[in-house]
Amino acid sequence: MRLLTHNMLSCNIKGVTNGFPLIIEAEKVLEKPVDLNPDFLRNMFHKVEWKALVDAAKSLGYSELPESVDPAMLESPEFLHRFHHALLELHLEEGALVCPETGRKFPVNKGIPNMLLHEDEV
Amino acid sequence: MASRPELQAPPEIFYDDTEARKYTSSSRIIDIQARLSERALELLALPDDGIPRLLLDIGCGSGLSGETLSENGHVWVGLDISQSMLSKLIFDFLISVVYVFLLSGLYMLLHCSPPILDIALEREAEGDLLLGDMGQGLGLRPGVIDGAISISAVQWLCNADKSSHEPRLRLKAFFGSLYRCLARGARAVFQVYPESIAQRELILSSAMRAGFAGGVVVDYPHSSKSRKEYLVLTCGPPSISTAVPKGKGDDGESSSDESSGDDENRTVSISDRHRPRKKQKLNKRGKGREWVLKKKEQMRRKGNVVPPDSKFTARKRKARF
Repeated sequence: MRLLTHNMLSCNIKGVTNGFPLIIEAEKVLEKPVDLNPDFLRNMFHKVEWKALVDAAKSLGYSELPESVDPAMLESPEFLHRFHHALLELHLEEGALVCPETGRKFPVNKGIPNMLLHEDEV
Repeated sequence: MASRPELQAPPEIFYDDTEARKYTSSSRIIDIQARLSERALELLALPDDGIPRLLLDIGCGSGLSGETLSENGHVWVGLDISQSMLSKLIFDFLISVVYVFLLSGLYMLLHCSPPILDIALEREAEGDLLLGDMGQGLGLRPGVIDGAISISAVQWLCNADKSSHEPRLRLKAFFGSLYRCLARGARAVFQVYPESIAQRELILSSAMRAGFAGGVVVDYPHSSKSRKEYLVLTCGPPSISTAVPKGKGDDGESSSDESSGDDENRTVSISDRHRPRKKQKLNKRGKGREWVLKKKEQMRRKGNVVPPDSKFTARKRKARF
């Protein structure tokens, strides 16, 4: 699972009001290089919750993202490269996602998070 | 109708290892899936500016439709309830990577630069997968997804496979959460196989209640085999831009002819059966050009491959032949 997907996911349990961002418990992290597409990054920049991305990247052991950003930084190729690396190239392979409110664990196996809810959580 | 998978078992059980394998070994299924997702992507009507969009594939299964999305340069996130289907995807991916590396090894012996390695890298750019149940809501942040497609999946929601399942509520949860996570003006295209008119009504009314505008597009409505239904939904209030596109193989004029013909058939009452049959008039001249053109039009509407009309169509051969 890439951090792009993590940045979109929130906890879906009934009654949870603030299920975002899910806390990452990483056991195995992979890096899979992909081509950089500046247009896509510029398009996604406004949709990404920056703080959540920075925290998630840190929990995967990548701490080169700046804490605060503004759209002007998208012109710098170095920033784009870091943003691209954090968003699309870091994969959480094994581990768990934890709901910040209820502490419910969603296990991640082979890069696939299991977001299925139990009957009493729907 | 027992052949409908929805009637046999819940999706997470029906799509077991054997069923999942069909989706990667049968070239027919792969071909159909690719064509369906190609059409769904066309109906999605994303702006043609070359920027990759973030798309959602609901019921992505073994990722066949995702492959079409990747080919068109989009980034996608897939959701499915069947672990078998998802792990099939991973397994196939590993196999293909191994295969490509073997190939590239050979290639490197022959040439020096290995462009085929790029293909392996590209394959890694495939979408992310989530194991989840669409009837429990999608659990995504609001307004982040640029479009959603789903091939032959939404009709599963109309089934109650567990005692806790209530189709109406599951449809409501699904469409509600989808509406929230789509960006404004984004579209969602679902290819569905509704079992009955009531089922189609149920799906469509739940979508409308969630706030979607749109309707059903039917491709090849006159054919029983290639007839396909797509639910085209737009996030936001109805406007000109949300008008539902036209289906393929459907033109208004000829279909009105069809319906008038149906009316004539309907006026024939049962008592006609007991009347002595009229002898069929034998037409010496055979079936004329008009009849042939009519038949060809019918076949075209069914989606069959028909040669174009020309001055030679239905022309008689010379006697000396």
